[in-house]
Amino acid sequence: MLSFGGSLLRPITRLHSRTAVLPDENIDTDRIIPARFLTTTERAGLGKLCFNDWRYQADGSDTPAFPLNQPQARGCHILVAGRNFGCGSSREHAPWALLDYGIQAVLCSEIADIFRNNALKNGLLAIVLDEAEHRWLIEHPGIELSIDVKEQVIALPDGGHIRFQLEPFARHCLLNGVDQLGYLQQHMPLIDAFIHEREGQEAAIHGRTPQQEPRTAGVTL
Amino acid sequence: MTAKTLFEKVWDAHVVAAESIDTPAILYIDLHLVHEVTSPQAFSELRERGLKLRRPDRMLATLDHSTPTLPPGTDGERPYANAEAKAQVSQLETNCREFGVELHGWNSSDRGIVHVFGPELGATQPGMTIVCGDSHTSTHGAFGALAFGIGTTEVGHVMATQCLLQRKAKTLAIHVDGDLPAGVGAKDLILHIIGEIGVDGGTGYVIEYRGKAIEQLSMEERMTVCNMSIEAGARAGLIAPDETTFAWLKGRPRAPQGEAWDEAVSRWKSLRTDDGAEYDREVRIDAGKIRPTVTYGTHPGMAIAMDKPVPAARNPQEKRALDYMKAEAGKPMQGTPVDVVFVGSCTNSRLSDLREAAHVLRGRRVADGVRMLVVPGSEAVRRDAESEGLHHVFKAAGAEWREPGCSMCIAMNGDFAQPGQLVVSTSNRNFEGRQGKGARTVLASPATAAASAVAGRIAARRETRELGPA
Ligand code: SF4
Repeated sequence: MLSFGGSLLRPITRLHSRTAVLPDENIDTDRIIPARFLTTTERAGLGKLCFNDWRYQADGSDTPAFPLNQPQARGCHILVAGRNFGCGSSREHAPWALLDYGIQAVLCSEIADIFRNNALKNGLLAIVLDEAEHRWLIEHPGIELSIDVKEQVIALPDGGHIRFQLEPFARHCLLNGVDQLGYLQQHMPLIDAFIHEREGQEAAIHGRTPQQEPRTAGVTL
Repeated sequence: MTAKTLFEKVWDAHVVAAESIDTPAILYIDLHLVHEVTSPQAFSELRERGLKLRRPDRMLATLDHSTPTLPPGTDGERPYANAEAKAQVSQLETNCREFGVELHGWNSSDRGIVHVFGPELGATQPGMTIVCGDSHTSTHGAFGALAFGIGTTEVGHVMATQCLLQRKAKTLAIHVDGDLPAGVGAKDLILHIIGEIGVDGGTGYVIEYRGKAIEQLSMEERMTVCNMSIEAGARAGLIAPDETTFAWLKGRPRAPQGEAWDEAVSRWKSLRTDDGAEYDREVRIDAGKIRPTVTYGTHPGMAIAMDKPVPAARNPQEKRALDYMKAEAGKPMQGTPVDVVFVGSCTNSRLSDLREAAHVLRGRRVADGVRMLVVPGSEAVRRDAESEGLHHVFKAAGAEWREPGCSMCIAMNGDFAQPGQLVVSTSNRNFEGRQGKGARTVLASPATAAASAVAGRIAARRETRELGPA
């Protein structure tokens, strides 16, 4: 259904990993990556700063009590976090940092809007679960899960299943590696027509002329 | 015609392609605000893909987050927190030059916090869709605009197409009935609301604030309220435009002028929720019951009247929050010793906020051992405040009068508190470490912040009368 010349992302269909659990509710994006690290102009290399103030002690060594520092949490790609994960600042540095750290999915009973949006656009599976299932996962850290994005189901080690729902478009983009900017660009003629009409209305009010020339040179649609 | 809410009216007017089960709507964006922190990766993406900006004329950029609030040294160098911060600022200067974006940078007399300078210029107008790579974009909803924060990938989408892919949010009406008691302001109101509905009470919703107490608010106060909508998890917060809105906008540089103004106003007058329109959820708040409110925990939903006892922790997270804050259940926040007071941020750095703080400080001194920073939200606020002599009031009281910027709200420019210090702050986030690693933040109104600075402990404005002459 969607094909265009824009760059494609790596399709994500499945993820298999043990879980690491951060049971705290309302883990905000300042905790995921503190603001003082936002002076970067890059998106790479933020993993070492992920959860910085929680994860390291003042002398730079690992905080022993931080759940992700436990040996059994190392190498886990699935994070089960307390309700309302990712609240606060809109910084996309948060999903960038999590991905670079190695987290590829966040399971939660509620995920803050902007974070969820940002995460899915970067291929970080932000999955909302029912409260009971979420609670069960919080209480059982370190279990092996297999997330199937296509079937929207998480397989448990005992053969049980947890169903979830992703926003259909986000799911489509994940499965097919669709880049959303490319999708938007496909609609450029429609957007240009909308702008032209709107400018016509606005010109009547502001006394300005519409900007005729779309500035999208260099794009292959 | 079916009755529509204000949100639906603004939404419908900007839909380029309607949403379906499979695809989100394509929503047209009228105004895109840009700052140095969340834009560099988006500009880089455009460059890599060989794209230009679809509507550079609908973008406005400023420098605010990483900028020092102390003046340049004798060598003319600005005291950046580090080389990276300096590079980030110059990157935005380069990007704006290269892509043709109007930047209100160091040499502009309009530079300011992104959510302060946009409205001041009259760029924020009723009925618009406004986005920025910053969650407090909800501020602009005070004008009846649909304004929300986006991530950097979406910043790139708007740059390239002037549109966003969006699912329509649900609507939440918050009716604020009655009158706010004397001495209770917009900040107390919004902290109280978030305390009531919870830090995720607005998730998935666009809030419309309405009712008598809202209509009576000034534009600045409405911005304070809408600013913190995101702290309840809401996508955006809206207030229907009215005569207060029009009077505030009239004559501003980017507002329509002459005949166009009259036409705009008649159009804006239709931006009200129709009688009979339905919201997905409604909440009623009694303004008369609100008292000066502060936070006691580590998110803005942990808010309570300052003279009420701090509630006991109901779960390990709340216990952790109370421990972090060194707050004691059963004891009110009022009276807690204070180390730092910060008046500023896009929540409370406008002229009226500075007047409120100055009113309390006039003829008084900041308590010994307390550091107080006053940071105007923009060059325009600074000019106005100085022309009224407010800076003299602050300096005479022993507070630091700084240059405009986000400063200690986000503490990435070199202005921050030390581990363990308690900051009474007029900003919007009391997250762990938000104002410096290990720093403890108590959110409050400008009046409470100033009174606490004078008392050296968390105090209500009326207490300052007992603290000596004014
Ligand atoms: S003042 Fe604070 S909340 Fe507002 S834009 Fe700046 S950093 Fe963000």
